[in-house]
Amino acid sequence: MKQLFERLRPLFAVTDFKQQRADLAFMHIPKDYAEMLIRHLRDHEGFSHLVFFTAVDYIEDGIFRLIYMLHNYETKDTLGVHVDLSRTEAVMTSIHPLWEQAALYQRELKEMFGIDFPGSPGVDEGFMLEGWDEIPPMRREFDTRAYSEKTFFPREGRKKTDPRAHMQEQLYPNEGEK
Amino acid sequence: MTDSNPVNDQELPNDGLTYPDTEYYCKTRPVPVAPHFQAMEQVRNWARANSLSVQAFGTGCGAVELRPLLTARYDAYRFGVMPSPTPRQSCVFVIGGYASVKTLKRIVVSYEQMQNPKFVVALGSCTVNGGMYWDSYNTINRIDHYIPVDLYISGCMPRPEALLAGFVKLKELIKAGKCEGANKYAENFDWYKANQKKIIKDWNMPDYNW
Amino acid sequence: MMSAPDRSKYPELVDGKPVVDLDSEKYVKLWHGPQHPGITGNMSLELTLCGDEVVECKTHVGYLHRGFEKLMERRTWIQNFPVVCRIAVPEPAFNEYLYAAGLEELAGIEPPERAQWIRTLNLEMMRLASFLMWLGGQAGAFGNGTIGQWTVTHRDYMLDLFEEMTGGRIYHMYMLPGGVRSGLPDGFEERLEAVLKRVEKLLGEIELVLLHNAVFKVRTVGLGIIDKEMIDRYGITGPNQRACGIARDVRKDDPYLVYDQLDFEVVTGTASDVYERTLVRYGEMYQCIDLIRQILERMPQDGPFHEPLPNVLHWKIPPGETYVKAECTRGEKGYYIVSDGSLYPRRICIRGPSYTHAFPVMEKMAIGTDIADIAGLMVSLHTYPPEIER
Repeated sequence: MKQLFERLRPLFAVTDFKQQRADLAFMHIPKDYAEMLIRHLRDHEGFSHLVFFTAVDYIEDGIFRLIYMLHNYETKDTLGVHVDLSRTEAVMTSIHPLWEQAALYQRELKEMFGIDFPGSPGVDEGFMLEGWDEIPPMRREFDTRAYSEKTFFPREGRKKTDPRAHMQEQLYPNEGEK
Repeated sequence: MTDSNPVNDQELPNDGLTYPDTEYYCKTRPVPVAPHFQAMEQVRNWARANSLSVQAFGTGCGAVELRPLLTARYDAYRFGVMPSPTPRQSCVFVIGGYASVKTLKRIVVSYEQMQNPKFVVALGSCTVNGGMYWDSYNTINRIDHYIPVDLYISGCMPRPEALLAGFVKLKELIKAGKCEGANKYAENFDWYKANQKKIIKDWNMPDYNW
Repeated sequence: MMSAPDRSKYPELVDGKPVVDLDSEKYVKLWHGPQHPGITGNMSLELTLCGDEVVECKTHVGYLHRGFEKLMERRTWIQNFPVVCRIAVPEPAFNEYLYAAGLEELAGIEPPERAQWIRTLNLEMMRLASFLMWLGGQAGAFGNGTIGQWTVTHRDYMLDLFEEMTGGRIYHMYMLPGGVRSGLPDGFEERLEAVLKRVEKLLGEIELVLLHNAVFKVRTVGLGIIDKEMIDRYGITGPNQRACGIARDVRKDDPYLVYDQLDFEVVTGTASDVYERTLVRYGEMYQCIDLIRQILERMPQDGPFHEPLPNVLHWKIPPGETYVKAECTRGEKGYYIVSDGSLYPRRICIRGPSYTHAFPVMEKMAIGTDIADIAGLMVSLHTYPPEIER
């Protein structure tokens, strides 16, 4: 995997190589070159299987990190490509011409994170939610508990203890940080 | 009987529909049905209790236990419980666990399409108070705010034996004439409708799917 | 010799997609589901029909969306442990294992050897139970309802064993990070062996009743063929892929748990239609039985089954990210776990194999299929919506 990174470095602006396991590594690439790199990996490096494609919200840094997880069936290596997007301008090049299922992941990301992929088929259609008019639910600032309490009718009598404090009191009264 | 309540004469607005669909659906509300004289009602309830057609709409993960229930091992046919593929021909609606907002819309449609007498059995903790998903943004917490529930079977998920016990209990309740969910729905129609419309944001169907 | 059927009344194909004019009154739009005939969960297909042939298919999911990935972000690491198994109802064990394995990798815990063997045993039993349920659906979709009665009952015998082993019938919550919750009860091996014998006998009968059944063969041979070219393009994994003759199996390629010490061959097929996929899964059921027997034979009989964990109430996982995968009944299932060093996970993303099988593959396969075969085709892809929408 390290050799792959060394091979890619002169061609693309890849940085931050991290080897997690012998068969799993991550690397970072700026947004504008991501689609090119992924196409190169698929066509010339044998990473023919798009395992999944998702995003992580780093709200404190103001970025969404996209993860394209690719798998090479010959060498049995898995490679995660990280791409950082600004939260305020969450638009990314679509990779739907490369894999058929990519359009679906992009539809999900549009709905769950509000990341737009112009040109991806059906990206504006609802995927799982119907008539959703709040901020996209997977964003960190969306508070699912507050929304649930506001919208659905919580049944009275449910004791809402903080599980951590409650369990600590029950099981380890003299231990741990208070 | 039905004329005594002036609310029943009001037409439903059907705001969610657009022309020409507005012409196709009726605007009348459900009306409560008063029981017949006692002996007749007892005979009817006895008949109702012993042929329960369960609507085959597994709305959540609890539906996975309906399959062992209706096959050879637990064999709910012994109790007169059988699956029925369409809401028009079924009389028991088993809410199989959590209901997401998108499913709730289908539950409401299916429930309203069922003919009287109709009963609702809600299984799983998540129908009672949200259960494991009490803080989820997409699953409702209390099913009884959206459709009337006659019987709860708690557990995550309830075992087939619990379901059998539940059906036996349901039969007792029907025989005692206590399963009046459909009338409750008709009487509190506006309250149920307001609750449903609160969470189903894109209401594009008639107000009463009959 | 039959002449070529008259296709003039069917819509024209442009770039492989039919041009459908819904106002021409030649077509019918039909919703297949979410009240679903198979045993796959709620998912609906929006079909456009010309006669009884499907000319367009669109999948809709979201009926079972519970927002798991969001819920997990606001629960502590150990609180997530009862949550993950609820993601896939017929086979929760794979979720438990993957979550535990991901956590162990990030936290640097090495589970004891006996725990690994018990986990493998649990996973293989789960696979067999899940296949039994699928087989009932596959036969039922083609009108053989009796098979469903048999297989679901036999699956129930398996569930009894799970109950004995783990305490839970459907949701086990058995594979804790660090090991498993308990060892095997006394006499478990004999009872497991007795159930395996019954299942084996059942499989023999099913071969006669289903696989040699003329109606089943006529309807399934040649239905829903997946080309080899589609595999990488659509990301198809699992038995759907192996029915094309490609011997890829996570258990063989990237052995996890103790699969490198077990002796098995990857089951493959050639024709890649519904019948072949049935045969591949049928072969894998025998493979499961064989693997369970091997595990029982070679498993260490004593030793610890659980590694002590730190106080899980304030268990902080070191920052990092990982992806772990396993071969579930439908294909490659994976968990992508990101930790930022706090009490709560940053992000957990679940890769379910149905994601691609139910959407692009199903939408492509359905075109040109008769409406009567849609349910069977869908079950043969073994789609399971809760892992699409989580």
